Amino acid sequence: MELALVIQKFILVIVIFAVSLLVAMYSTWAERKVAAFLQDRVGPNRAGPGGILQPLADGIKMFTKEEIIPLDSNKFLFIAGPSLAILTACIGSAVIPWSTPLTIGSKTIPLQVTDINVGILYIFGVVSLGVYGILIGGWASNNKYSLMGAIRAASQNISYEIAMGLSIIALLMSTGSLSLKVIVEQQSGFWAHGWFTWNAFQQPLGFLIFLVCAFAETNRTPFDLPECETELIGGYHTEYSSMKLGFYLFAEYINMFVSSAVMASLYFGGYNFPFMHHLGLDANWLSILGIVAMLLKTFFFIFLFMWVRWTVPRFRYDQLMDLGWKVLIPLSIVNIVLTGIWITVKDIYFK
Amino acid sequence: MGISLFYLVAFLSIFFSLLVIFSKNPVHSVLYLIITFFTFTIHYIILNAQFLAVVNFIVYMGAIMVLFLFVLMLLNLNRQSEPAKPLLLKLTAVIAGMCLLVTLAGSVKALHTSNPVLLHHPNLGLVQNLGRVLFSEFLLPFEISSILLLTAMVGAVLLAKKDETQPEA
Repeated sequence: MELALVIQKFILVIVIFAVSLLVAMYSTWAERKVAAFLQDRVGPNRAGPGGILQPLADGIKMFTKEEIIPLDSNKFLFIAGPSLAILTACIGSAVIPWSTPLTIGSKTIPLQVTDINVGILYIFGVVSLGVYGILIGGWASNNKYSLMGAIRAASQNISYEIAMGLSIIALLMSTGSLSLKVIVEQQSGFWAHGWFTWNAFQQPLGFLIFLVCAFAETNRTPFDLPECETELIGGYHTEYSSMKLGFYLFAEYINMFVSSAVMASLYFGGYNFPFMHHLGLDANWLSILGIVAMLLKTFFFIFLFMWVRWTVPRFRYDQLMDLGWKVLIPLSIVNIVLTGIWITVKDIYFK
Repeated sequence: MGISLFYLVAFLSIFFSLLVIFSKNPVHSVLYLIITFFTFTIHYIILNAQFLAVVNFIVYMGAIMVLFLFVLMLLNLNRQSEPAKPLLLKLTAVIAGMCLLVTLAGSVKALHTSNPVLLHHPNLGLVQNLGRVLFSEFLLPFEISSILLLTAMVGAVLLAKKDETQPEA
């Protein structure tokens, strides 16, 4: 591995890291603005024009608050919990292809940190690791409400991971690859062979199941049972204060950003946009427009997360489990069977 | 570079698996076990078995160990509530452990690396090659085990389902 490649990847990692932190920061602002819009209020409007400096003010507040570690807690694990939460949130974006490679001089620079051939499974691994941050933090707090929240988070994540995995299997059957780069490349353009190329139009049921599971995996309303404040005070982060609490809240927004990006690239064509091959632009411009398209799709999904949060009320815990095990898992198995039948029929009659 | 990395990771595996046994708190034990599994994942990556590495990561670290941790947190084990084991049980455990040690030592002694498969097929662990082998040579066992897993999952849902016909006691 030569030095140039290392530097190139290093810069890419830093940029993606900075962008995801920035997006997460402004998601907190956007969430309040969206909430205000949906409830016919004004929202934050004091810090800067339109409240644009609000996230900075929040950040300063979080950093300067008193840091409290409960006496009966396990100190090491108490600190390890939020660190793990934010770590797992940040490493998920490594396999997402942000656009087609840029060509500068004779060098091509892929806008993806790494293209491992099991990219989707890597994301699953990171998602399943994410629950440890909550579980360890909740247990180390030595508080009943925290423990309840942590246990709810663990069982919710495990239950919805199954449905999520099964919905992905149907997608993999039609794409035939585990690499995110290949999956996005297959969705090139918007319309080909008399049908949409984007996977959402080939796997509508699979996409719906994946979307619901993504809401559950990021602990967003209507599935925010782990931090359900009417029953559990603050859930797993009841005992947390200062920036450690900030890390937990921030991790949720980064998770939202990463899962929006994953949904955009798996089901909505990633960096591909309609008529991209008819504009007559050269590859570099297409690449830059691709980044814009990718980010727009991602922002749309982040908006969807917020939209649903202020529209749908929270589920009851048994309803959550019923939905996961008795509705989503059978539906995704049906989806696999239907996809199998469709692929067979297409192979036999439409070749 | 490769072999020194292997020795480092192997040392870490053994170190953390020893900590699993020697730590007093069961929750700490499970956390050390998770780290041990993580070092196994690194071993698989060193062997270029990406698929196996990721599956080990998801299944063992992500699912099974979460359940372990889950159960231990609910049980809330500590020394006061732990009943003292009878002497006979302790003795049996020691003898059984010694037997396992002797067997392991014997089999390690009989080991020899005459035919390292990986040297002939360095890309054996990539998902494409693995899939080709599974769907050609081992198709029947693969399908049967997948049906078995599916049955187990459906069975779990069915067991958890409340019996509607019987009135609640």
